[in-house]
Amino acid sequence: MIAETRIALKNAGKYKPEDISTYIDLGGYKNAEKALKSKPEDIINWIDEAKLRGRGGAGFSTGQKKRFTNEAICDKCLQKYVICNADEGEPGTFKDRIIMEMDPHLLIEGMLIAAYAIGATKAYIYIRGEYTQSISKLHIALKQAKEKGFLGKNIFNTGFFLDIEIKLGAGSYLCGEELTLLESLEGKRGYPRIKPPFPAEKGLFGMPTLINNVETFAHIPYIIEHGVEHYRSIGTENTPGTKIFTISGDVKKAGYYETSLGVTLRELIYDLAGGIKQDKKFKAAILGGAAGTFVDHTVLDTPMGYDLLKERGAVLGSGAIMVLADDRSIFEMTYSILDFFKHESCGKCVPCRVGTTQLLLLMNQAKHTKSDRIELLNKLLAEAEYMDQTSLCPLGQSPILPLKSIKQYFESQF
Amino acid sequence: MERSNISSKFAPELHNMLNILHELQNDNLQNYLSSEDLKWVANYLNTTYSSVYGVAKYYSMFSLTPRGKYIIRVCKSPLCKMIDGEHIIKCIKEKLKIGIGDTTNDSLFTLETSECLGHCAQAPVMMINDKVYKNLNAQKIDKILKSIIK
Repeated sequence: MIAETRIALKNAGKYKPEDISTYIDLGGYKNAEKALKSKPEDIINWIDEAKLRGRGGAGFSTGQKKRFTNEAICDKCLQKYVICNADEGEPGTFKDRIIMEMDPHLLIEGMLIAAYAIGATKAYIYIRGEYTQSISKLHIALKQAKEKGFLGKNIFNTGFFLDIEIKLGAGSYLCGEELTLLESLEGKRGYPRIKPPFPAEKGLFGMPTLINNVETFAHIPYIIEHGVEHYRSIGTENTPGTKIFTISGDVKKAGYYETSLGVTLRELIYDLAGGIKQDKKFKAAILGGAAGTFVDHTVLDTPMGYDLLKERGAVLGSGAIMVLADDRSIFEMTYSILDFFKHESCGKCVPCRVGTTQLLLLMNQAKHTKSDRIELLNKLLAEAEYMDQTSLCPLGQSPILPLKSIKQYFESQF
Repeated sequence: MERSNISSKFAPELHNMLNILHELQNDNLQNYLSSEDLKWVANYLNTTYSSVYGVAKYYSMFSLTPRGKYIIRVCKSPLCKMIDGEHIIKCIKEKLKIGIGDTTNDSLFTLETSECLGHCAQAPVMMINDKVYKNLNAQKIDKILKSIIK
């Protein structure tokens, strides 16, 4: 029986998010103090050596991101920025909301350390407009952190200063993509940018910008506190540390669970989430949300890590796990997912705008006729393949993920 | 509507656009952005009306037409849809006698759908203004709507 290992959720439920003194009683902001009294290069090295990978979905090395942002060459560089991507919108994902609602100060502390490491004095939290609870908790937390001197000028008498501001999204899934987020944060429509340049080089207002997910920031104070070696001892060799999994659908105890990486899907579904509702049989799990992958029972014992899942044609993504019992229809679920992509395509680039519409059109045609579903799946794949090759941003490149995995695991049941 | 309040809160810089639009919409009793609002924002941020309109129109949380006092946002993510979400939408439609995007005659409710609201462990869910309602079923919908109408 597996147990939870908590890093990002280590304080969840242990203090009052509206009262900073209860956070300080837990040792809060001690790690930020330790970090601000160390050399910025050392912090970057620690995070790099700890092999912390972005918890938003892509799994990019956080240390590398910091290094690139730190080393960004810019003659007219007036300002560097740190941005927290709190535009959580991947279907089935709610880990960032839990952190922000239960432990907003951990996020602030993580951002403070990151900002110091790269030399940024201004930071933003871009949060989706629908997360009203998270927004109000963060407003209170930021105000209190400022009053206590953890934000503002001359923090811990080191001369370092940082201001963190909240920016609201307004209902666009695409704005969770980092370059689109920048456009939105600058006050524009959520249209993606062409990359390169990457944000580390030219980000917000054309300045070097570090963008990390909420959960990623929540790991930083822990690494500062316990050191690289300890952090590396948790999880797997290539993906150390923990991950919050949000399990939903046909399980008895849906919810959020943080475990060491390398945990198996079977342990998550049967040990932590209590197994399938009404003791039905397991049919599928969708890993990583809509821009994720379907897997069947043969993946139940594969250790969850970015690389190990990739070998099985699956992704870890945001940590979302949507579980389907054996009476659920793969076709119906695929329909919902493709409907979602069509709705969220911004329309800027033709392959995605036309492609997402075409995918849904094909599904609609098949819905009411008993056409050859295998042929349909191949058509969908061909369409998604060219979208993947030609679309401007990850949205148009996403439909291929679920479709390919359906071909691999559920072709006969589509 | 207190626009002077906004100019004291937000500097006249383009990156404040979304926060300002949110504030104006929240201050409006009919939960929308009027063309007067958009003109004011364009003038305040020293940009064109069309660029403000473009932003307001792009984001699904903003409305350019008057809405009800209570905005119902039913989650239609793949997961909520699988756990009976469509039935929830049907229930609300029947009870309020409106379609998606419509406002009731008494201007009390507007029915909308939303992408994943991030409460998937308690699906199906909806929001009414700032409040989240979870584990919905027909009886619960009835009770929630009645408590607001009373």
